[in-house]
Amino acid sequence: MKFGDIARKRLHILPLIAAFLALFAVPQTALAAAAQGAGTSAVASVADAQSPNVADDTAAPAAAAEGSTPAAATSETPGYTPLGPEMIKGQPEPGGIGFQPQYSDNGQWALWMHNAFLLPMMVGVSLLVLVLLLWVIARYNRRAHPVPSKTSHNTAIEVIWTVVPVLILVAIAVPSISLLARQYESPPEDALTVKVTGYQWYWGYTYPDNGGFEVISNMLPEEEALARGEPPQLAADNRIVVPVGEPLRIQVTAADVIHSFAVPSLWFKIDAVPGRINERLLTIKEPGIYYGQCSELCGARHAYMPIALEAVPREQFEAWVLSKGGTLGAAEAAAEPAAAPLQEPESSVEGAPGAGAAPATAPAA
Amino acid sequence: MATTADTFQAHAEEHHHDADHKPGFFARWFMSTNHKDIGTLYLIFSIFAGVIGGAISGLMRLELEQPGIQILGQVSMWLNGSADFDQMLHTWNVLITAHGLIMVFFVVMPATMGGFANWFVPLMIGAPDMAFPRMNNVAFWLTAAAFVSLLFSTVSPGGTGTGAGIGWTAYAPLATSGSVGSAVDFAIFALHLAGAASIMSSINFITTIFNMRAPGMTLHKMPLFVWSVLVTAFLLVLALPVLAAAITMLLTDRNFGTTFFDASGGGDPILYQHLFWFFGHPEVYIMILPGFGMISQIVATFSRKPVFGYLGMAYAMVAIGVVGFIVWAHHMFTVGLDVNTKMYFTAATMVIAVPTGIKIFSWIATMWGGSMEFKSPMVWALGFIFLFTVGGVTGVVLANGGVDDNLHDTYYVVAHFHYVLSLGAVFSLFAGFYYWFPKMSGRMHSELLSHLHFWTFFIGVNVIFFPQHFLGMQGMPRRYPDYTPAYQYWNEISTYGYYIMAASMLFFFANMLYAFLAGKKAPANYWGEGATTLEWSLPSPPPYHQFETLPVIEDHHSHHDAIGPKGAASAH
Repeated sequence: MKFGDIARKRLHILPLIAAFLALFAVPQTALAAAAQGAGTSAVASVADAQSPNVADDTAAPAAAAEGSTPAAATSETPGYTPLGPEMIKGQPEPGGIGFQPQYSDNGQWALWMHNAFLLPMMVGVSLLVLVLLLWVIARYNRRAHPVPSKTSHNTAIEVIWTVVPVLILVAIAVPSISLLARQYESPPEDALTVKVTGYQWYWGYTYPDNGGFEVISNMLPEEEALARGEPPQLAADNRIVVPVGEPLRIQVTAADVIHSFAVPSLWFKIDAVPGRINERLLTIKEPGIYYGQCSELCGARHAYMPIALEAVPREQFEAWVLSKGGTLGAAEAAAEPAAAPLQEPESSVEGAPGAGAAPATAPAA
Repeated sequence: MATTADTFQAHAEEHHHDADHKPGFFARWFMSTNHKDIGTLYLIFSIFAGVIGGAISGLMRLELEQPGIQILGQVSMWLNGSADFDQMLHTWNVLITAHGLIMVFFVVMPATMGGFANWFVPLMIGAPDMAFPRMNNVAFWLTAAAFVSLLFSTVSPGGTGTGAGIGWTAYAPLATSGSVGSAVDFAIFALHLAGAASIMSSINFITTIFNMRAPGMTLHKMPLFVWSVLVTAFLLVLALPVLAAAITMLLTDRNFGTTFFDASGGGDPILYQHLFWFFGHPEVYIMILPGFGMISQIVATFSRKPVFGYLGMAYAMVAIGVVGFIVWAHHMFTVGLDVNTKMYFTAATMVIAVPTGIKIFSWIATMWGGSMEFKSPMVWALGFIFLFTVGGVTGVVLANGGVDDNLHDTYYVVAHFHYVLSLGAVFSLFAGFYYWFPKMSGRMHSELLSHLHFWTFFIGVNVIFFPQHFLGMQGMPRRYPDYTPAYQYWNEISTYGYYIMAASMLFFFANMLYAFLAGKKAPANYWGEGATTLEWSLPSPPPYHQFETLPVIEDHHSHHDAIGPKGAASAH
């Protein structure tokens, strides 16, 4: 039988396949549109709130944060106290079998995509193969079916099991590609820049918009971590502190070998490569502590350089900056928005302030 | 030379009466030019290396059973003579590096391409031997030398401690400026030797398959195992030179002051990763494709049916091989790729699921309507099909660059590639082993012990690796000797799985012992009418030289049963 004949005969299967695909595609496009809209509008609102500050150059970006987070605005804490263990949000749960809860837009979107598309695909395909295997074992064993058939071709079914996987993959590719597009959105010009540097075996966090001070972050010993109510192997003496709810420009590099800056609860992982700066936009939705770990083999203490990220309201962040001897630097930020970190010469990137500065910074209280 | 020739001559005289004359022990096993003997050497070598690689994974699972450092101190005492904290942790990196390199280069590849392909490609295509018998021998001994070099590396200084602690990927700059000492040089040299050996044996396979097929055996009549070896050999010939170039540049960066991978001299560490994975991704298909071929033979044999969609199966392997060359950067999704690059590699990677799906469904369709018999090779093949599917679907998840941002370098990846390799490739190895062991040895193994081996191994490896998906989704990074207590639960269960798996290997070795001590003599075709390829027309074990008169493949036979058991003209 010619392929054309079979194709004509089996034509009625095509609408079925189309319907099957539509089941995938309709909710997906709708939800994707919704999520996209929500995501961009959130970013836009923050950007809108902040751009006037840059324009009239008088108020610190704090005003924007106060506007957007009224709850935080009421507190008048001038000093900075690190968040306590009750604020730990991003950490693994004992015996957990799924992803950590997500606290960034892209993370929630990616998690949704995994649960709505990838998980059903995995379970469906595995179960289909398992059921088919059990069926042939039960039905076509030697006792039940002593005389084998001689069939060795069926063009129609071969076309189907080629085309249907293609369609499923296309259905997965659509949200996958848009997830990538979201992850690669550029940070707005006035986004706060935090430069992360991987060292053997600790992290350095530099704040070029706030005077360029560097905080060195080492893992806490187990007893110390437990005394502070934090998980061992994840707790660090100094956290990377960032303002919550506003876009951050995270720049990642390394001083010696390749490391990787990863925070699972923010769906954020980017390699720290010596001689190269990787930049990503990150917006954290809730104040809290989010733990991560170095995720590229970097030598002996690879497992002993955790990432402890603390997201706090803008004014607490500023208090923290001041406590570290940094400047609020609204003026500089406005004068040369976003330009400073990019124009920094390579040599200062892999900078001298690294290891030498380590003992100088006081551990968090 | 004279001695060699003399040895040959002497024994030829001795056994003059039968055509099956074998050289003396040393000449036969150390200067072998016989494809079957070299295949046997490869298989013994692979089992030996597998015991070492498996023991290393045992050390790793013991260490990971609980948070904190448990046994690394003892291993480090043995390796370094001290249990300093950094040296202990370096020892961990040495273990993961050695485990990866041994399993890839000295267990799976020698078993599939060295062992089974050497043994059965000439038999299946009706050839008397390989095209270049002496090069075949050189390739084996280079592999052995490579293994020795790798063992040297574990006792040489490697920076923080003894041994190369760079991961099997050997990323620069950790493998250059990050690891002072000769350990990494020895490891690189091991890869050079193993790579040269593989290139030689691949050239040998390609030449043999293209030129030495029996009259009438066209490419489209070749058994699928031969197809899989042909595709694999092409992948090796195209991919390994790139690895050789990359690690040679590592070597010159380390020792001769070049800066190929050093940004401070105008080089780029990411360039190394591109070169490595341009080899490394085809490499994973190199490990699994011969397995695909073996599973096809086995499923057809025990269903008593020709393989369903033979051409589709053959060209699906070709497609996997071709596409396998253009997806490498999905191993590098977090290095800071351009967004368009990442989109391309996401889409291209997902394409591989299509030919892989064709293979899975074709195997099921081969069984459909068949008359299945659940002999030991068949149960391993059935296990392979299901577990490879599970490994495949997690591969589709990881293919999505955006999703991979969370899973990259976590235990999810470890679980994924062990499902396709440790449970995929290794299941196909055991399937092939039980399928052909009586043919190679002339002794039947115990079906009972083989089935016990299967069920305990199946349970064991699933208990090891399935929970690692959970650990990865929870964020546990790879290559960690220590972890936060939240990860303890699944790590402990994973280690229990290792105990089950290790115990199951006792059944395997008991089975070998049984076969050699008390195994029944194997007839020529012990699997019955379903086994239709040429090797079943020869006695078990086949004569030392087979097909001195070439068999003729008749035209009306379908490509699968290339020749009936009685149709072959064998050597005896």
